[in-house]
Amino acid sequence: MFEEKTLEKIKAETQKWEEGTVNKALSRSPERKKVFTSISNIPVERLYTPLDISKVDYTKDLGYPGEYPFTRGVQPTMYRGRFWTMRQYAGFGSAKESNERYRYLLQQGQTGLSVAFDLPTQAGYDSDHALSMGEVGKVGVAIDSIEDMRVLFNQIPLDKVTTSMTINAPASVLLAMYLAIAEEQNVGFDKVGGTVQNDILKEITVRGQYIYPPKPSMRLTVDLIEYCFKNVPKWNTISISGYHIREAGATAAQEMAFTIADGIAYVQACVDRGMDVDSFAPRLSFFFNAFTNVLEEVAKFRAGRRYWAKVMKERFGAKNPRSMMMRYHVQTGGVTLTAQQPLNNVVRVALQAYAAALGGCQSLHTNSYDEALCLPTEQAVTVALRTQQVVAEESGATLSIDPLAGSYFVEAMTDKIESEIDDYINKIDAMGGTLAAIEQGFIQKEIQNSAYRFQKEIESGDRVYVGINKYTMEEPPPTNLLQIDMAVGEVESAKLAKLRSDRDEGQWNKALDDLRAVSQTDQNVVPAVIAAVKAKATIGEICDVWRDIYGEYRPKEFV
Amino acid sequence: MAPENKIKIIVAKPGLDGHDRGAKLLARIFAEAGMEVVYTGLRQTPEMIVETALQEDADVVGLSSLSGVHNYFFPKVVQLLKNKGLDDVMVVGGGIIPKEDIEGLKSSGVKGIFGPGTSTTDIVDFIKNNARSRN
Repeated sequence: MFEEKTLEKIKAETQKWEEGTVNKALSRSPERKKVFTSISNIPVERLYTPLDISKVDYTKDLGYPGEYPFTRGVQPTMYRGRFWTMRQYAGFGSAKESNERYRYLLQQGQTGLSVAFDLPTQAGYDSDHALSMGEVGKVGVAIDSIEDMRVLFNQIPLDKVTTSMTINAPASVLLAMYLAIAEEQNVGFDKVGGTVQNDILKEITVRGQYIYPPKPSMRLTVDLIEYCFKNVPKWNTISISGYHIREAGATAAQEMAFTIADGIAYVQACVDRGMDVDSFAPRLSFFFNAFTNVLEEVAKFRAGRRYWAKVMKERFGAKNPRSMMMRYHVQTGGVTLTAQQPLNNVVRVALQAYAAALGGCQSLHTNSYDEALCLPTEQAVTVALRTQQVVAEESGATLSIDPLAGSYFVEAMTDKIESEIDDYINKIDAMGGTLAAIEQGFIQKEIQNSAYRFQKEIESGDRVYVGINKYTMEEPPPTNLLQIDMAVGEVESAKLAKLRSDRDEGQWNKALDDLRAVSQTDQNVVPAVIAAVKAKATIGEICDVWRDIYGEYRPKEFV
Repeated sequence: MAPENKIKIIVAKPGLDGHDRGAKLLARIFAEAGMEVVYTGLRQTPEMIVETALQEDADVVGLSSLSGVHNYFFPKVVQLLKNKGLDDVMVVGGGIIPKEDIEGLKSSGVKGIFGPGTSTTDIVDFIKNNARSRN
């Protein structure tokens, strides 16, 4: 971006500055550390100048918002058109309690829903299963059947809101229930918008909510993608997630690299199924974390967008620009929150939300300050939502698109992260692809090593964490924590017993038989899943059909 | 220390919770601190954990939970250990555990509870000072 002559001059002046002004200052008082690193352990120089971005080709590497390679954003006008979708992940207890929380959030100006399911639902067990004991309604809402789903979306018009569902191994079951409820509300499938996470690979590497072995899991994932692009055109069929990879300890670059590796595996699986890349790729979406180091996060988002665009164009031969867009949701970093002095978390979340906005996210969840202690209270959730609103309305982050572009530091960091992503993708390709890299434990071990390094830095005091290893203080135990009623399990079990005795046994039996039959062929299973949920089959019964056929996954542990 | 004097610890994830960053990290830290470590992996029932403790002749069982089910699972593990006559196997736990739950867990027989932000050195020291003697 600079003429050779200008660069020569800057080089000379920089050297002069270092040898003169800087050295003089250093001889009076040294810097706080010998080496400065970002929270992701990327070395950070004292000063960045045009010399650090001399190789950046503006039109080729940065370009324009809404155009390849999308470094500066996926939409032509970004937040000048409309803000990101404010979407708080919520759900706890029964469907009725969660429905009340959703309607409260919508009243407060939230613009999309994000459903948190309890662990039995995520693992495909009914609330009365032995493994569900103690877990029902704990970390999300308990959904066993279409009847719970009807209560969950009571008085919420499914043509007016979009809904994101954090559901993976049984994604098609929850999608089927959602579509059936939309039908009851007389909302056509073409009007229904939302997202299912449907990202089984990161469940296997970091999040743990898998059911079946990788291969049949991938088949269910691809079935959903295929069904939706044909029948539910506004549905985001997968949310390829780096969020949990980061939570498990990955650096910013690893988060982006391993997410892109997962993305490549999904696209390849769809292409192998015989689908045209431009038919399904426009509905792929992503999900990332945002930590407190604003500039590093912004660089990560820009690097990821650029790299993904190249992957889709060059590796998969996509022609439709929409196929090349990395559209993504952001959640602020859960692991960055402290149980100590929890109000400090409000500040962390604000910086993280600011990073997400400057990085160009399409939707955002801001964590509540009390989440290192419990599920968030209504007060904490309100502050979290207001934080996004302050960033959107007051901070100025939404006025101009990609406002940090051209910063010597941010561009240099963007390049650095992109090259780390590229190194990982090459390494994973050489191992035989993402599944092989997971099988060998490579991805898991890389993440665990980063988690270990971070912990050591905290304990040695090399890295300061406010309230943890510096600026600590005695404080009274927190009060007003959200308590989940232990009785939810019993209530859900009673509802299930009633459902099982009231439903039409013949219809239910036939639906499950049909599902079993189609699951043994290579036809798409989703229509049979929809029929089964309408016949009041429960999530556990549907998932058991697949457990019988596909078996259950037991991962190797890499410690 | 001779190998037979090493503290043997089971690191376990009870329930359906998949958050295993802490469990895996501690497994590594315990091993570096000279303990013999068995990590169970995810989705362990209390029965499975106690069976592992029995088979491995463990001195300590460390439970990790981030999904709010500690009040259900931790006392159950303690009780099942007692039922098997493993009274001297120490149970400790960590994760997202509100301070107000700690007293109840301790009175149920969980010896140490380590919440978010605890230094791993403190955890190692606690275990070394309180685990049963192998001699």
